[in-house]
Amino acid sequence: MIPELGHFALILALLVAVTQGTLPLAGAALGESRLMALARPAARAQFLLVVVAFACLAASFIGNDFSVQNVATNSNSELPLHYRFAATWGSHEGSLLLWTLMLAGWTFAVSAFSRHLPRVLLARVIAVMGLVSVGFLAFLLFTSNPFERLIPAAPEGRDLNPLLQDPGMVIHPPMLYMGYVGFCVAFAFAIAALIGGRLDATWARWSRPWTTVDWAFLTVGIALGSGWAYYTLGWGGWWFWDPVENASFMPWLTGTALIHSLAVTEKRGAFKSWTVLLAIVAFSLSLLGTFLVRSGVLTSVHAFATDPTRGVFILAFLVIVIGGSLILFAYRAGKVGLGGAFGTVSRESMLLANNILLVVALASVMLGTLYPLFLDALNLGKISVGPPYFDAVFYPLMAPALFLMGIGPMARWSSAPLPELWTRLRWALGIAIVSALILPFVLGRWGPLISLGLFLAFWIFASTAETLRVRLSTSPHCALMAKLRANSLSYYGMLLAHLGIGVFIIGVTLVKGYEIERDVRLEPGESVAVGGYDFRFLGVVPSSGPNYRALTGTVEVRKDGRLLEALTPEKRIYNASGQTMTIAAIDVGLFGDRYISLGEPVGGDTADSVAGAWAVRIYIKPFIDWIWAGAFLMALGGFLAVSDRRYRLAVRRKASAAWDRMHSGGAPAD
Amino acid sequence: MKPRTRRLGWIVGGLAALAVAATLVLNAFRSNLVFFFTPTQVAAHEAPQGRAFRIGGLVETGSLTREANSLTVRFRVTDTAQTIPVAYTGLLPDLFKEGKGVVAQGTLDPDGTFRASEVLAKHDENYMPPAAADAVKKAHEAMSTKTLLPAQGVAK
Repeated sequence: MIPELGHFALILALLVAVTQGTLPLAGAALGESRLMALARPAARAQFLLVVVAFACLAASFIGNDFSVQNVATNSNSELPLHYRFAATWGSHEGSLLLWTLMLAGWTFAVSAFSRHLPRVLLARVIAVMGLVSVGFLAFLLFTSNPFERLIPAAPEGRDLNPLLQDPGMVIHPPMLYMGYVGFCVAFAFAIAALIGGRLDATWARWSRPWTTVDWAFLTVGIALGSGWAYYTLGWGGWWFWDPVENASFMPWLTGTALIHSLAVTEKRGAFKSWTVLLAIVAFSLSLLGTFLVRSGVLTSVHAFATDPTRGVFILAFLVIVIGGSLILFAYRAGKVGLGGAFGTVSRESMLLANNILLVVALASVMLGTLYPLFLDALNLGKISVGPPYFDAVFYPLMAPALFLMGIGPMARWSSAPLPELWTRLRWALGIAIVSALILPFVLGRWGPLISLGLFLAFWIFASTAETLRVRLSTSPHCALMAKLRANSLSYYGMLLAHLGIGVFIIGVTLVKGYEIERDVRLEPGESVAVGGYDFRFLGVVPSSGPNYRALTGTVEVRKDGRLLEALTPEKRIYNASGQTMTIAAIDVGLFGDRYISLGEPVGGDTADSVAGAWAVRIYIKPFIDWIWAGAFLMALGGFLAVSDRRYRLAVRRKASAAWDRMHSGGAPAD
Repeated sequence: MKPRTRRLGWIVGGLAALAVAATLVLNAFRSNLVFFFTPTQVAAHEAPQGRAFRIGGLVETGSLTREANSLTVRFRVTDTAQTIPVAYTGLLPDLFKEGKGVVAQGTLDPDGTFRASEVLAKHDENYMPPAAADAVKKAHEAMSTKTLLPAQGVAK
């Protein structure tokens, strides 16, 4: 009964989405306010229905209803409760339902927090999001129904992939999807502006907080995914340049360009067409990512070709959305206008350079991700484009962007004289150069990339501090608190996010420069010294968990004879699937992690795996946690920026009234 | 500077960025693309000497041996037509099993042993690395056309 209820709710949601996607748009075109007024209630109804559908699926998972195909394939009665809940989005169908839920959620949020948007604009924004939702609901219902029954019912479920049975996997997908789908808001604003043919600073002000908050979610989502890969895949990597990872990283790069270009559009009225184009591209890349991950094209281009229903559906949807919006852009961009002029050295030009570099970097990542697929699809051979390609292309492109990051916030709008920038930033430059030259020797070993990374990180720290100092010293207030309070929260958000990048670079540079990876064979009682630590393997003992049996090893970590911690890596065998899984044990520290995972028994006689020798993997990962700390600082900066006063209601109401006054003359053209 | 010259400047700047990126991409492609070969292709000396490439296929049942007191393992990768000996030092991924699909990256020794630097793990028990599946399929096709014998055993 519950699955049917969910299925029915999805069908109703599709009907509501069709209404939401068409009538308000027609209303906006005809100037018919009753039709436009439909947008908000429709958005709410759709959200409610999708929540019901999602709750029904979650209930089926929690209640172990193995008469539902999806539950039977992806869950098991031994699975602990929180993983049964997380299994709701562990499958293809479930994760698409999560996508749709997030989309409905964002639409609901727009309808709730944009009360004071001009009616016409709001109607269009919600309608565009409704149309996107139509695509996804239809996809769910016609190709990937999560409520499909299995008759006769399975006596027991096949279990959730053990890799997904992890606390990180409970929160990573919702965060990531929140970020993925959120670009739909920026996209909808852009399309609404293109349809109306009006795009000005107020438009940017309205769409900016949505984009920033969404970018922050995406940042957290990617960071969580990277952390998950680090501790569950058992080989201590934090980023593999895997197509699935790139699928989330490409929208992030575009989103980063977009939030900067929106800043220029809001403050200076420049880059208008470019901003709109970026908003379209960001969302298109989210869709492309969904296509790559969900169509099965990555698993095998040829398997995709033999059962192409899902892939072809998403591909068609992709073509309609991207093609349609680009045509609209081409048709309307002239009307939107280019915006104000600016000097060769100015904050605008720095941000433009930042945008160019980010987009070029995006293109190189996209090429590396899609090229092997194209070759394979055309039967031109199988190749793999691995991390070396991305390292060789991505870092050189990002280095100048990161350098500009130090200058940009200091440069004035419109025109920034070079001598002034030099006077203000020479100390920061000095600090960065000195740190880059001295620190590698303190840490152990000099290398050009280590120096470059440290230079960029300290350049960002020092120039950001200097920017704040100049800002405070030129403030007319006397008391420090008053000086601090005179700046907006979004200003501090920007500084924090930039510092986050610096922290991130420190993490990446030091872990790449100084990590130690050793695979060793250890008898019980044997020790090995790695990177200044002594690791003593005490052997393994059998143990068990709720739905698995395990062999748990114990490794004592000592430094200078002092016991730091006893780590317990595990080798698990899951009861339902029989799948083996390595659980690494990590001694987390501010200045680096000690990471240990078990390989296999190598005593020769496999029957005696408990008493014999084991292959053990020992990693020293200096400063690795700074990578994720940096990402969380960036996200925190984003959240801080949107809590800025100027985005709050009173201010928006005034702006909205002004917008209505300005544009009320042109009602028929809407 | 006149707005027109400035705009020209930006266009030139943008093109320069693209050119730099294109150079980087081409260089990176030339030195970092890893090609995939099946055991049959390797046996026919189609694979490059002294350059890293990938092979894929099934781990031949009963072929896995471990050298005493080290982490070096030896096994044979087969596409059911040809078999290539592989040596690897390090920890094998969880899903590495005899009779299952595998993809390894490394170089070919003069004695014909494939020295793997990396043995690739995949995320799912039911899932065969596409490259491995492809190798077996190709071998089957070749065999059935050459000898008209039905393909044996490996129903993957």
